[in-house]
Amino acid sequence: MSALPTKRDEAWRYADLKLLADIWQDMPAPEQVTVKAGESMARQISEIPTIGNGVAIANLDVIIEDGATFTLHLLAMNAQYGRINIKTTLGKGSHFELGGAILGSGDQTLEIVTETIHAKPDATSNQVVRSVLGGKSTGTFMGKVHVARDAQRTDAAQSVKSMLLDRSATANSKPELEIFADDVLCAHGATVGELDKEALFYMASRGLDPEKAKRLMLQAFIDDAFVSAGDNVRDTIESKALAVLEALS
Amino acid sequence: MLTINNLRANVGDTEILKGLSLNINAGEIHAIMGPNGAGKSTLAYTLGGRPNYEVTDGEAHFVNKDGDYDNLLDMDPHERAAAGIFLGFQYPVEIPGISNLQFLREGLNAQRKVRGEDALSGAEFIKLAKEKAGLLKMDMEMLKRAVNVGFSGGEKKRNEMVQMGIIDPKLAILDETDSGLDIDALRIVGDGINSIMRKPDKAVLLITHYQRLLDLVKPDFVHVLANGKIVKTGGAELALELEEHGYEAVAA
Ligand SMILES: Nc1ncnc2c1ncn2[C@@H]1O[C@H](COP(=O)(O)OP(=O)(O)O)[C@@H](O)[C@H]1O
Ligand SMILES: [Mg+2]
Repeated sequence: MSALPTKRDEAWRYADLKLLADIWQDMPAPEQVTVKAGESMARQISEIPTIGNGVAIANLDVIIEDGATFTLHLLAMNAQYGRINIKTTLGKGSHFELGGAILGSGDQTLEIVTETIHAKPDATSNQVVRSVLGGKSTGTFMGKVHVARDAQRTDAAQSVKSMLLDRSATANSKPELEIFADDVLCAHGATVGELDKEALFYMASRGLDPEKAKRLMLQAFIDDAFVSAGDNVRDTIESKALAVLEALS
Repeated sequence: MLTINNLRANVGDTEILKGLSLNINAGEIHAIMGPNGAGKSTLAYTLGGRPNYEVTDGEAHFVNKDGDYDNLLDMDPHERAAAGIFLGFQYPVEIPGISNLQFLREGLNAQRKVRGEDALSGAEFIKLAKEKAGLLKMDMEMLKRAVNVGFSGGEKKRNEMVQMGIIDPKLAILDETDSGLDIDALRIVGDGINSIMRKPDKAVLLITHYQRLLDLVKPDFVHVLANGKIVKTGGAELALELEEHGYEAVAA
């Protein structure tokens, strides 16, 4: 096992290092996943596996072979310190679709950290992350995109939006681009906002009580991350998220 | 139905309503006209209970289902809606990600719950929505889209009237519902207001600048609001006088 990371390690700068120290020797090795050439695979992580003492870690290392598609949906919630690490390596003409929601309350620290390696030409990746953060929670998305020299016509997009329910909550969004090819599209958008008060009053004026109005808006907000899922997955994952959103609103 | 007595209200730190009194009975249509910045929208928002619109003095009471009067100012915005007050917004709000149908069904059923009525089923609600959309000549497909997102100014106003039809309030406070409408849409909206609200047990407070709406929805009373107060009240003819001579001359 490598040494315990410090704040100076870029990938760990927002982590709860104190809690991490307790479980560092039990850090799971990444699960290896291969999506065979031309095939499609969908995975969900709606509960991050608990490692111990309030810490939950998921760790995937995914190879997407030529022409294959990998679709991944994530829920980061229900842990004092929760982290989902996803490393993907894309083959020629393959696609990686990621949708994730981070739902934090209290003084939770929740992170989704991706490393997306466009190793071959003509691959596409699309990452959509929505965070809803209350209390003193911290939600972090870090997305590193590496485009290799011969990975021409790469299209790698990231959309990251965070909603702070309390002024004491923190959202971090950090893209990192390492691009060695020249014919590349890398769109990145990140916003941090609060619930729209005008919309809340408009909803109240039509009879919705404040909790219900808030919940509908938060549901609509995180739904962006799950439109790419099939109906069943979307329903299952959103109903799990709803249980946490209800507590937040 | 609604009694307002010497109402004073601040928006932020500024006093906007400065002792406004108004009585509205069931079966009546009242028009409020007045210069820009007079406080017309502030009156609508204050009656709706919008946060940051702080009442500093005076009273407002609204009739309940037993015929008694409740203190409106004690009620939360969603309770005022359930009591039967509908606010037609001068600038209807866009809500991405929530469809008009979901928004209205949740709103209507929440109101019905407060009133002790059964929730409408999905099928019952869709039937109601179709009927009211038809009345306002709004395509049902538009109601499946997110609330007001990508709607033109006129479509937003028409959508307000579809919402009013579905919610079926006792009192509608309509803030410049006619602005932004072309001539055909104005007629549709005017006819809609008449068919939904001109009933013995309902009332309307119509905020407008234009006679053309009052030609369609004939008011029983016209009030001039200037500098936070009602400064003049008359019948339908007062609007014509205002149109001809302007606010300054008539209300001075
Ligand atoms: N949110 C606000 N904060 C501060 N002042 C406001 C706000 N909204 C309205 N006002 C002021 O209150 C006055 C009345 O506005 P409004 O009620 O919108 O007038 P009207 O609808 O009659 O044109 C105006 O002077 C306006 O600038
Ligand atoms: Mg106004």
